[in-house]
Amino acid sequence: MAEVTGIKEIIKPENLVYKRTGIMTDTVLSYCPGCGHGTAHRILAELIEEEGLQSKAIGVSPVGCSVLLYNFLDIDWQEAAHGRAPAVATAIKRLLPDRFVFTYQGDGDLAAIGTAETIHACNRGENFLIIFINNGIYGMTGGQMAPTTIPGMKSSTSPFGRDVRMMGNPLKMTDIVATLPGTYYVTRQSVHTPANVKKTKRALRKAIQYQFHNKGTCFVEIVSNCPSGWKMTPVESIRWMEENMLPFYPLGDMKVPDEKTGK
Amino acid sequence: MERELRLMKGNEAVAEAAIRAGADGYFGYPITPQSEILEYLMEAKPYETTGMVVLQAESELAAINMVYGGAACGKKVMTTSSSPGISLKQEGITYIAGAELPCLIVNVVRGGPGLGTIQPAQSDYFQAVKGGGHGDYHLIVLAPASVQEMADFVELGFDLAFRYRNPVMILSDGAIGQMMEKVYLNPHRERSKDVPEWATTGKPPTRSRNIITSLDLDPEAQERFNLKLVAKYNEIREKEVRYEEFQCDDADYLLVAYGTSARVCQKSVQLARMEGIRVGLLRPITLFPFPSERISVLADRVKGILSVEMSAGQMVEDVLLAVNGKVTVKHYGRMGGMIPTPEEVVENLRSKIIGG
Repeated sequence: MAEVTGIKEIIKPENLVYKRTGIMTDTVLSYCPGCGHGTAHRILAELIEEEGLQSKAIGVSPVGCSVLLYNFLDIDWQEAAHGRAPAVATAIKRLLPDRFVFTYQGDGDLAAIGTAETIHACNRGENFLIIFINNGIYGMTGGQMAPTTIPGMKSSTSPFGRDVRMMGNPLKMTDIVATLPGTYYVTRQSVHTPANVKKTKRALRKAIQYQFHNKGTCFVEIVSNCPSGWKMTPVESIRWMEENMLPFYPLGDMKVPDEKTGK
Repeated sequence: MERELRLMKGNEAVAEAAIRAGADGYFGYPITPQSEILEYLMEAKPYETTGMVVLQAESELAAINMVYGGAACGKKVMTTSSSPGISLKQEGITYIAGAELPCLIVNVVRGGPGLGTIQPAQSDYFQAVKGGGHGDYHLIVLAPASVQEMADFVELGFDLAFRYRNPVMILSDGAIGQMMEKVYLNPHRERSKDVPEWATTGKPPTRSRNIITSLDLDPEAQERFNLKLVAKYNEIREKEVRYEEFQCDDADYLLVAYGTSARVCQKSVQLARMEGIRVGLLRPITLFPFPSERISVLADRVKGILSVEMSAGQMVEDVLLAVNGKVTVKHYGRMGGMIPTPEEVVENLRSKIIGG
């Protein structure tokens, strides 16, 4: 009986150090084991709750693995056509300028079919947040080459590795949008270690708060892994990401507002 | 209700009517022969008066997806384009239909296929009334035959769009878009502050979250949704058919034509009657829903029907379905930006129907 008392002792509210966020729904996530999407969702959900933005948030989900994202977070959502989320979000934010508007997009969605929408929204300086999950592969359709697949990387449509002479080079969209006058805050993060999860949360919190400065687009890339698409175990995929993806896509801020001038 | 009289191009009338109808947003991309709409709105600066958002998008694709985003917020939003641009918008239009969003799309049609010509045509009929994009859906399609109707159908279009949560298309053409006529403009209507219950505007604690999507991976649920759309389209077929008849009462022969062709045919009716041929004109105002029942009734009374279009023969298929073999139905059309003359129509009526 002493054991039961112990549990009751442990679950006292004052001992609470970690809990599910109210913004996450009870829906079972549709992701493969070891995928970074779940962690990114959780961070976003925590921040919407902590910043008190549930009643102001309008999310735009993409086509790709996170197509069902609208089932997982308890906020208003619009499901965009493949690549069109920045155009959709442009209208939402222009028509409802006091809301918190964001898109959540994968690399195929944002950096291939949606390249024009991404660049033009960023270049106009639309005041919303773009969250860009880059795992270098088309996960949902079964592991085809993405615009961000790194040179030599194998996929089902580059089975012998990406040959850049034949297949072209990977596109570093985050680097591109950082050069545009319309962007306000551009950063590249990851969620593969607890330390990186914390850094990503800090970056996303800034990006969320900056939206209310009305100074331009905030763009947060999260380099992630895709164990299924990469045909690796979760642990192998994390190691592969550290050794291959991160040297190609180095983490860190690319454009930060001047704290003094706010520009 | 005091209506202001102005002399305007059809395209300008659309723009002015949109401001006066209390539109919340316009998203467009330049293309001839409809660029005056975006130009007029930028010049009029409604964002400083009514608060209407006007934005030149980077492409037709972006513009129609902006319409999707705005419509999903419960806002009165619209886009306009011409044939090649409307083809680009088809992706967004099917998503809008699939998400059951209200919006207004204006197609100032030019001849095709491909880049075609910048001159007027009616060759986008199939695309407009049969769906246009992928999947089973319909737009409500209004066919103006004057600058006055270009203006009037903006307000009507928005009202129908919101009544049925369905995209509405004004299927015009380069002639009506470019020509100047007198037009009576409605007084300004306040922008609506009503928020539809389905709109995504941020979830207050008082309701569950709103999700705008056209995705349902469960086939049984998707079929239920398809059946819901079918029921909606049937209700629209029942309640929203609009047409105009011109000298049909004693007609031995019937012309069916919409838009610019209908204006030509009105003259053809007069010419034919001067020669003693009793001809009437049925002008469909809604192309979806199509006035099939009325055409069927008239088919019982006439000896033959000529469908006149600026196309290779598109609407004629709907006329044939409506007539169902009761009398001869033939098509006469010009293409590539050519407009039939009233005399040509009478000639073809004589050779294809009366003599045939």
